[in-house]
Amino acid sequence: MAEGDMGEFREDVRAWLEANCPAEMREPVRGESDMCWGGRNPAFKSEAQRRWLEAMAERGWTVPDWPKDYGGGGLSPAETKVLRQEMARIGARNPLMSFGISMLGPALLKYGDEEQKKRFLTEIARGEIRWCQGYSEPGAGSDLASLQTKCEDKGDHWLVNGQKVWTSYADKADWIFCLVRTDPQVPKHQGISFLLFDMASEGVSTRPILLISGYSPFCETFFDDVKVPKDQLVGALNKGWDVAKYLLGHEREMISGMGLGGQSDSLGQALAAAVADDPILRADVARFDVDQMAFRAMSERFIDELKVGQAHPAQPSMMKYAGTELNKARHELVMAAGGSDALEWESERSNKGKAAREWLRTKANSIEGGTSEIQLGIVAKRILELPGG
Amino acid sequence: MPLYLNDDQAMLRDTARGFIAAEGAIAKQLRHLRDAGSKDGLGRDLWKQFAEMGFTGILIDEGDGGLGLGHVEAGIVLEEIGRNLTPSPFLTSAVAFVAALKGTALRERWYPGILSGETVAALAIDEGAKHRPDSIAMRAERSGNGFRLSGAKQFVVHGASADVTLVAARTDEGLTLFAVEKEARGLDVEGVRLADASIGARLAFDNVEVDADAVVGEVGGGESVLARALNAGRAGAAAELVGVGAAAMDMTVGYLKQRKQFGRLIGEFQALQFRAAHLYSELEIARAATLKAQQLLDEGDSGAEAMVSVAKAKAGRAAQLAVQEGVQMHGGIGMTDEYDIGLYMKRDRVLNELFGDPAYHADKLARMHGY
Repeated sequence: MAEGDMGEFREDVRAWLEANCPAEMREPVRGESDMCWGGRNPAFKSEAQRRWLEAMAERGWTVPDWPKDYGGGGLSPAETKVLRQEMARIGARNPLMSFGISMLGPALLKYGDEEQKKRFLTEIARGEIRWCQGYSEPGAGSDLASLQTKCEDKGDHWLVNGQKVWTSYADKADWIFCLVRTDPQVPKHQGISFLLFDMASEGVSTRPILLISGYSPFCETFFDDVKVPKDQLVGALNKGWDVAKYLLGHEREMISGMGLGGQSDSLGQALAAAVADDPILRADVARFDVDQMAFRAMSERFIDELKVGQAHPAQPSMMKYAGTELNKARHELVMAAGGSDALEWESERSNKGKAAREWLRTKANSIEGGTSEIQLGIVAKRILELPGG
Repeated sequence: MPLYLNDDQAMLRDTARGFIAAEGAIAKQLRHLRDAGSKDGLGRDLWKQFAEMGFTGILIDEGDGGLGLGHVEAGIVLEEIGRNLTPSPFLTSAVAFVAALKGTALRERWYPGILSGETVAALAIDEGAKHRPDSIAMRAERSGNGFRLSGAKQFVVHGASADVTLVAARTDEGLTLFAVEKEARGLDVEGVRLADASIGARLAFDNVEVDADAVVGEVGGGESVLARALNAGRAGAAAELVGVGAAAMDMTVGYLKQRKQFGRLIGEFQALQFRAAHLYSELEIARAATLKAQQLLDEGDSGAEAMVSVAKAKAGRAAQLAVQEGVQMHGGIGMTDEYDIGLYMKRDRVLNELFGDPAYHADKLARMHGY
């Protein structure tokens, strides 16, 4: 669609954002804990954060391109792009950080039945339920399909037993979307189902895992005779791997966004003082800035192609690989530029070791959601069509 | 504007792909010209065919007899030139030179010949082994009604056969660009064969007299003319590099699917799969950066120049990776002249140097961002 056709819509969006986006919500986000995650008992950091979420949810703009019937904004791809551009122009924050929006929602839109869509998508759009993802298990990491969490049909309910690991924010989540084994007798990909249930159910427990960053964003999650209503299985029985893979594509898109590195075009601009007397580091940073700006163009292209169905189905793997490797490179450079200042772990001066902890956090980027090696394997086989298992 | 080709552009790509793969193929053009010892390094007949296809008028306004299209469309043709290593004056003549002359009186003098495929144009900017357009030393002194040019230029692509050469020199008023004709007295042209079999030139100017009407734009106003030429040339070179890289990758991936060792196709080996997938990723990113730069140029966006540097640097590095992996993964036959993969490596090297290499553009980008 030509720019001219969008002029009026753009004016409306601009005026509405001007009136409704609080000044505080135009400041850059300071890390994951500063974002709005919603949920049954939402922990808003500020009144502005609450108002911003409510205003956006009211218009369906937390999920601008979802259908209006499910709490979305019903916008076309071109309109959605305009909204994002106008939000970026004033530095407006994402009103809601949500695995429901970025992961479960797209899977429900494709595989959920009408009742599930009405119920869950609307809650997701309004930020009323915070979701977590039950995928990895102690024995099922890169080889995800070998998962063992048992789900038995008990007539009027499902009975779930097993353990998940690396469950992001399981200790803060209200519900879980979970891969379970419903048939242990068939080849591993054919006996998996996709189940939704309340984390407050009897028999669910979580234990945070202390990471090298000193934070515990991930948990071990245990299921001990958890009863789940029959209508909470998404897609067909034993066809959960299709749902799982589809959702993984969306997860990879989300993680690839890490490569964008916030609003600034240039890492070197932020590190100018540190690189001024260090020509080798300056050169490394300059090369990084080339890579970052190029990746941004790739990201824009990918989103544009996705909206019109032109992107290769395995392209999220390429994006996830490139975006996470870029983000790791960024934080290596930040640490190098920061020198011994960036090593401080607890001081107020260092904002409690922000640089070092974020640097360590990024090391998970190329592991979570499928390792870089898994992504490269997918690209090699599905896009380049190279031979072999 | 969405960051993919629209329907008209996709149609142009299909046309250009078919035409250039047939008429500009390696055996028909590059190897033929090289093995025949061509002093031109390009085929005039093919240049006429480019004109008949309308390609040479892509960047020329409709009012001047062209198609009035943009850098995206020019890039589409250049990517196909890159894929086929087609020796063509398209980049220097129909892209950089045409862009330099935009809005100047010299359009009337030179556009018709480019539209008809009669005229080949070259750019004389570099004076040393590396591209340093900020430190041009060549002088142009006032003399009668015109100027006298003295100095030396090198790496003048197609300079040995160009009918007209855009020359950057310093006058008392500042940087000034001149359109110097082939026959100018005192101009010594030494054709030089480069590693990729193309013919560049070293030009020596010994008090070469040119009329005032050879000035492109204003006397002392050369910065903006040069910027137009270089933005167009760099974005175009990036597109050609994407083509070089894409063809090298396709050829290499094809080879991984047919070469057997240890009783298996070598494409089954994870060590090679990962490297091929990484290469794919780099080339996709380079292609996106290049398209973004072209779109920004076409929109007259103030961020275009920075993105052009990103595109030239990224496409240069991605294509470099493609040809290096290409030769390595082909093994011994990659070292033979008989196989084409080595030709891609040579072309990549030349294109990487042209209009600034990745280091030059990373540095330029850093300066634009204040560090």
